[in-house]
Amino acid sequence: MTSATSPVSAAAPAGAKPATMAQALQRALRDAMADDPTVHVLGEDVGTLGGVFRVTDGLAEEFGDDRCTDTPLAEAGILGAAVGMAMYGLRPVVEMQFDAFAYPAFEQLISHVSRMRNRTRGRMPMPITVRVPYGGGIGGVEHHSDSSEAYYMATPGLHVVTPATVEDAYGLLRAAIAADDPVIFLEPKRLYWSKAAWSPQAPAEVEPIGRAVVRRSGHSATLITYGPSLPVCLEAAEAARAEGWELEVVDLRSLVPFDDDTVCASVRRTGRVVVVHESTGFGGPGGEIAARVAERCFHHLEAPVLRVAGFDIPYPPPMLERHHLPGVDRVLDAVARLQWEAES
Amino acid sequence: MRAVAYRPTPPPAWQPRTDPAPLLPDPEPFRVLGTEAAAGADPELLLTLWAQLVRGRRFNAQATALTKQGRLAVYPSSTGQEACEVAAALALKERDWLFPSYRDTLAAVARGMDPIQVLSLLRGDWHTGYDPYEHRTAPLSTPLATQLPHAVGLAHAARLKGDDVVALAMVGDGGTSEGDFHEALNFAAVWQAPVVFLVQNNGFAISVPLAKQTAAPSLAHKAVGYGMPGRLVDGNDAPAVHQVLSEALDRARRGDGPTLVEAVTYRVEAHTNADDATRYRADAEVETWRRHDPIRLLEQELTERGLLDDDRRRAAAEAAEAMAADLRERMNADPVLDPMELFAHVYAEPTSQLREQAGQLLAELEAEGEAR
Repeated sequence: MTSATSPVSAAAPAGAKPATMAQALQRALRDAMADDPTVHVLGEDVGTLGGVFRVTDGLAEEFGDDRCTDTPLAEAGILGAAVGMAMYGLRPVVEMQFDAFAYPAFEQLISHVSRMRNRTRGRMPMPITVRVPYGGGIGGVEHHSDSSEAYYMATPGLHVVTPATVEDAYGLLRAAIAADDPVIFLEPKRLYWSKAAWSPQAPAEVEPIGRAVVRRSGHSATLITYGPSLPVCLEAAEAARAEGWELEVVDLRSLVPFDDDTVCASVRRTGRVVVVHESTGFGGPGGEIAARVAERCFHHLEAPVLRVAGFDIPYPPPMLERHHLPGVDRVLDAVARLQWEAES
Repeated sequence: MRAVAYRPTPPPAWQPRTDPAPLLPDPEPFRVLGTEAAAGADPELLLTLWAQLVRGRRFNAQATALTKQGRLAVYPSSTGQEACEVAAALALKERDWLFPSYRDTLAAVARGMDPIQVLSLLRGDWHTGYDPYEHRTAPLSTPLATQLPHAVGLAHAARLKGDDVVALAMVGDGGTSEGDFHEALNFAAVWQAPVVFLVQNNGFAISVPLAKQTAAPSLAHKAVGYGMPGRLVDGNDAPAVHQVLSEALDRARRGDGPTLVEAVTYRVEAHTNADDATRYRADAEVETWRRHDPIRLLEQELTERGLLDDDRRRAAAEAAEAMAADLRERMNADPVLDPMELFAHVYAEPTSQLREQAGQLLAELEAEGEAR
């Protein structure tokens, strides 16, 4: 596996137009449905309304209610029905309206979706994509801002993917729908309206899931991040130049499978690591990432792997969320604590 | 100013959507045996049901015996409930799908599946020992009621494809308290999916009696709230269960939507071989139900009609014994297991992490082999 370098600000391809992440996701669904008649979208408000974030806008109109279906309001029922549809050869794409509203579907997800292939000795795969808008920073009240990725990561049999750019939103969603395994597709709500010049990748150009990418090259330290925290890390890396640090930024894109190669190659170059995510630190993805780095590149490390994560608290009310979310200053503080004095 | 009473015009959603009366179950469970309906029952069907009940009873006894010999990890017996299990299997067409719970091994066996494959889960050599597509039978579901939404989704997909396929989902009385039961029935009714739900009300969820499970007039009554018909049937009357299920399956096949069937029966054995039923119920109650035994009821009818002679009895007993002997013999051989298969079916392609772990296990196995 080669580690790709793909700066966010790379030159836009010819014919590219500005698009939001939500639009790129919509286009991915549309193109997947047009290419494959077995792709069915189902969820709450995905039909006439086009989804509360408008990601399914126009799909019911173009493909009919049987292909893009407004379901009763019951997440276990939605995912459970998707299991039966997948058993019969369909490729369901389920929308969970918000991160914390996906929890009623956990039994179906953990007891069936993730392990049906395993239970049946490979005979009954589950090509289901579960789209979950996740994360904070949009002023959402109470159960609208969870970072639930660690729950999914802890469940064998699931792929867990999250885009941080407009281009990846399209490419990763196409790859997720095409995958023969269940994919938890985490959509950073905060980035739904982020814009970039982009045109849809041709199917052959869509990368398989499971590859991290270096978004910014640097030799001083590596920031490992994904989803909503990528823009934070890129901003921190820019600011760090003033301190004389050239930070490398790795966008994981896929939490499962985990791209050890790209991560370790970067750590071997820099010797210092900060993992950045919104999810809680305790029991969060950062612990797993730090352990993997320590197991694989211990002798390249100049300092302990540090984590900048959400506090270990229930997601705070919107007026306090800025204190909870990892920001540029907190990332820079962590970089400053990477035992630089040992170098001189 | 003159006061005018405010009388809102009800929006359409306020209008009753369905007349509840035709959906209501009959007050008494439907019966064929011992009623006038028995005379009209097809003798061939009665004899087929009977032979399958005899075979099913023997299967339950053999499986329970295998737990005592350590050949099965656990066995939840359907002794006393064979009429439901057998009728469910026989009411389905080959192209239809069955969604069994963990107690419904007999339904799968009565569908013609190899008993040793069906018992894989309880033997512990793999979770699902059969190919679900070969006999259109979903894996035995251990988490309660979770298989019901699967049946709805599959039936819905079949209908979208224009296939003449219906699904039959089996669940127990305890399972009706689960949220998935509610969600499945609601989805089925809203989508008018070609699916039939069979609740075997055997009186107990392990130790908890039905009275602590629900305050509904009957479990079949729950159908009305979803806008589908509920049917109540004597679960120990095999031709009655067969008839009610066949009617419900035909209804689904015609595109008229789902049905909820409650079959009233009794779990004669304990929950599993590991359970002690004397802690929560009286022997006298069990004895009452033993007298209402599904095989005895059907034999009575067959004998009265002169359909059951000694030759038939002998043939059925011999067939059941042969099945049991074959099962015993094959179960007594240790299954050949490949530990490396642990990594084979997690994903379509193993991740690099799984390949690493597979390498670790392989090295351990090789070291074990060398040490031997």
